[in-house]
Amino acid sequence: MREPTPEAIRDQAIYRSLGLTDDEYQLVVEKLGRLPNYVEAGIFGVLWSEHCSYKSSKVHLRKFPTTGPQVLQGPGENAGVVDIGGGVAVAFKMESHNHPSAVEPYQGAATGVGGILRDIFTMGARPIAFLDSLRFGPLDDARTRYLFAQVVAGIGGYGNCVGIPTVGGEVQFSPTYRQNPLVNAMCVGILPANGMVRGEAKGVGNPVFVVGARTGRDGIHGATFASAEDPEEKERSAVQVGDPFLGKLLMEACLELIGTGAVVGIQDMGAAGLTSSSAEMASRAGGGIELVLDRVPVRETGMTPYEMMLSESQERMLVVLERGKEDVAFSIFRRYGLEVADVGRVTDDGMLRLFWRGEVVAEIPVRALVDEAPVYERPVGPPLSPARASIPEPGDLAEAWLRLMRHPNIADKSWVYRQYDTMVRAQTVFGPGMDAALVKVPDLDKAVAMATDGNARYVRLNPRKGGAIAVAEAARNVAAVGAKPLAITNCLNFGNPEKPAVMRQLSDAIDGMAEACRALDTPVVSGNVSLYNESRGQDIDPTPIVGCIGVLDGIARRMPSAPRNAKGLKLVLLGREDDDLDGSLWAEMACGEPVGDAPYLDLAEERRLHDLLQQIAADAAAEAVHDVSEGGIAVAVAEMAIASGFGAAIAAPSGVRAAGWLFSEAQGRAVVAAAPEALARLLDLAERFDVPARVLGEFVDAPYVEVSFADRQIRVSLVDLEEAYRTAIPRLLRQDAVNSRATL
Amino acid sequence: MRWAVVVFPGSNCDRDAEQAIRLITGDPVDLVWHDADDLSAYDAIVLPGGFSYGDYLRAGAIARFSPVVRAVAREAERGKPVLGICNGFQILTESGLLPGALLANDHLQFRCEIAKLRVETNDSPFTRLYEPGEIIRIPVAHGEGRYHADAEVVEELRRTGRVAFRYVENPNGSVDDIAGILNARRNVLGLMPHPERAVIDWMGSEDGIRMFQSIRAHVEEGLAHA
Repeated sequence: MREPTPEAIRDQAIYRSLGLTDDEYQLVVEKLGRLPNYVEAGIFGVLWSEHCSYKSSKVHLRKFPTTGPQVLQGPGENAGVVDIGGGVAVAFKMESHNHPSAVEPYQGAATGVGGILRDIFTMGARPIAFLDSLRFGPLDDARTRYLFAQVVAGIGGYGNCVGIPTVGGEVQFSPTYRQNPLVNAMCVGILPANGMVRGEAKGVGNPVFVVGARTGRDGIHGATFASAEDPEEKERSAVQVGDPFLGKLLMEACLELIGTGAVVGIQDMGAAGLTSSSAEMASRAGGGIELVLDRVPVRETGMTPYEMMLSESQERMLVVLERGKEDVAFSIFRRYGLEVADVGRVTDDGMLRLFWRGEVVAEIPVRALVDEAPVYERPVGPPLSPARASIPEPGDLAEAWLRLMRHPNIADKSWVYRQYDTMVRAQTVFGPGMDAALVKVPDLDKAVAMATDGNARYVRLNPRKGGAIAVAEAARNVAAVGAKPLAITNCLNFGNPEKPAVMRQLSDAIDGMAEACRALDTPVVSGNVSLYNESRGQDIDPTPIVGCIGVLDGIARRMPSAPRNAKGLKLVLLGREDDDLDGSLWAEMACGEPVGDAPYLDLAEERRLHDLLQQIAADAAAEAVHDVSEGGIAVAVAEMAIASGFGAAIAAPSGVRAAGWLFSEAQGRAVVAAAPEALARLLDLAERFDVPARVLGEFVDAPYVEVSFADRQIRVSLVDLEEAYRTAIPRLLRQDAVNSRATL
Repeated sequence: MRWAVVVFPGSNCDRDAEQAIRLITGDPVDLVWHDADDLSAYDAIVLPGGFSYGDYLRAGAIARFSPVVRAVAREAERGKPVLGICNGFQILTESGLLPGALLANDHLQFRCEIAKLRVETNDSPFTRLYEPGEIIRIPVAHGEGRYHADAEVVEELRRTGRVAFRYVENPNGSVDDIAGILNARRNVLGLMPHPERAVIDWMGSEDGIRMFQSIRAHVEEGLAHA
């Protein structure tokens, strides 16, 4: 096949099919001072795509705080890195794989996990955990059940095989994701605080290697595809296929190689493959890079430079070695049976230059590709003002409570996480089911705490407050297990940025997140933006997902989310009493859609609560801490009762609306279980940290949970609560055989 | 005594086993790469969990051809204790060191949770410090853990007391609730659960400790008599 000539690309506007707009094409011509050929136009197309260039979000992302004494590496590298003390640092990042997962859910999710894994070990960090934040449409839909089952299987298929435990995350269901499921994968790794490696192509003359899988024709134009509308229009051929076994070998070999000190720079060939890895590595070093494409190991004959540069074949790395150390690398890769090819060298002329069959087939200034990519200040629509809503009180509170327990957002997720190896590496202190996961740092009495959160309902109702709540909740979950929140990563999943209303959501949500990050001292150190999550003109609800990490100094200080032995323990509410149903899941269930404002949030109060929770853990002043989130106090107490096998008797203060008090999702709150003899100490600590605290009641050796109001009492059987909670998701899935990979 | 933990490309519980053995016994442990063809220097051999060679064909089906598995068979022949955990169990059945096979779980999903096991015999180098009938808690994590053998073999295992562990609640459809079996000479144990994940209080169970202590006691006794 003959490639179009530069003139044909211009005259027939072929650049449009490569992802460039008319204006962007003009800009390319200006930067080059000539017409780009097909390879060059393709390279610009992918690197200037929304996915790679962040052109619509960049001006807003600048609002995030990204520094702090704990930050060793902020955004811009393969992952963020944070110091956790004791000479150890944590590298972590979250990334979306929404679009591929909508088309081929098993491989889409698996390669999402594989990609984020490589981002972590390229920093020189040994991966220690995965978390996954998933969003689907309601499970009453057969295609959704298929997507859900296959995404979960794909995450397990990759993560279990590479031997990194999946320790946490969350799953939510809402009609907004029916056509656009979200798959956000987070990986956490540990490294010596002084052992970080960057993705830089430094040192003129240093050799450049491609390591791992051969380059095939899969995933060509995946990045531009991810920046286009409508998954139904998307092609499966643009989705890549993962090989976790090769991923595991690559990880072990690269970590061993990095350990020798021979690596100058290393980067995963993720989105836009060889193009982005080479250009970004050259850009970070402020230099250039030359590649001889004839030497790139390929899977099939007849591959063109265009295909080689844009392939997204998985499990490939670009490595720059110190000249003279090649043999060290070769012997390591040979032992793991990995293919390695010398494909080029680092230059100092600032150009990305590609050779093929003795000719220069592309020559582009790196700055033009990366640093000078277009940045858009897209029009931002008018701010939303949350509408007051009238939310009906349920007639039967006990029945409403059970309906909440049965809602798939709240119901037990063990159907999901039993399919993940949550314990491999034998360092998992807390796995799924706790407010945050805890993974031990080998040889130190320390653990890394991690949690993901994000509630699109809140962001839809009030983007600024909803964005702040995403950060607050993730950090609160980390604090609930006793750890100190240190930093966050995020995935910003939004709709079409060309719509001013979507840009308003994005801009406001980032404002809110930034405020919360400042208030909670959790800077943003890495992240990812996924736009164009829309189908048939319908955008998803704005869904910023936050992954927070923290450190627990002293494994003995770990605080579980339910007590081991609940007998005789008191239950205490930390934080305000609230009876407002705005933004709650109950309100959505009662009204058929999210209504009102986002729930109450005060960042100063939130911070005081987090500080208090760490102190409670340090002083062993409680047996369990569980944060109050979706479903309110009713669900928090029920979950603690179910997990401990004990009933509970609690009382509301006088003068509150009963349903509001039970189901309010006001932020900045936690339910604490404490021994009677520790109660005075606990209340004293709360007072010292200026956090309201009230004894709610106690665990009782009885088969029910009982709530007393001034004018009435409700009682729900523990058996009913547990049945609702544990069977909801398996029941919904039992409607058809979703487990077989053949059910397409 | 000296332990070998065999590492295949794709093994992923090798370091976990190493950590558990060091912690519990204080003995030297070597991670031995799959191309090793001599394990005569070791007193006990562990085949760890993972996905040897990717296990894309069938768990353990490629590993059985590796040089190290021939060396494992030789040491087993000499009576040394060989412990196969999860993928290690799969490799032992594939290579014929243990009878039967491990099929995909009956529900076709990967399953990870802490399982309750009943110790069926303490007449082995691996279980001597447990009580027969004792219920212990050990994590399982596998997609292909459904033990299968024909009725004759199962009957023979039962009759000769070679079922070492049974699940209290069968997580995968294994025949006769079998979680782990011994060879006829009782020096090779294969089990799907992961004892190396149950050796410190924060892991949720410490019931795996005695398996490594049992092996050590057995070997030390043999060395003392030698």
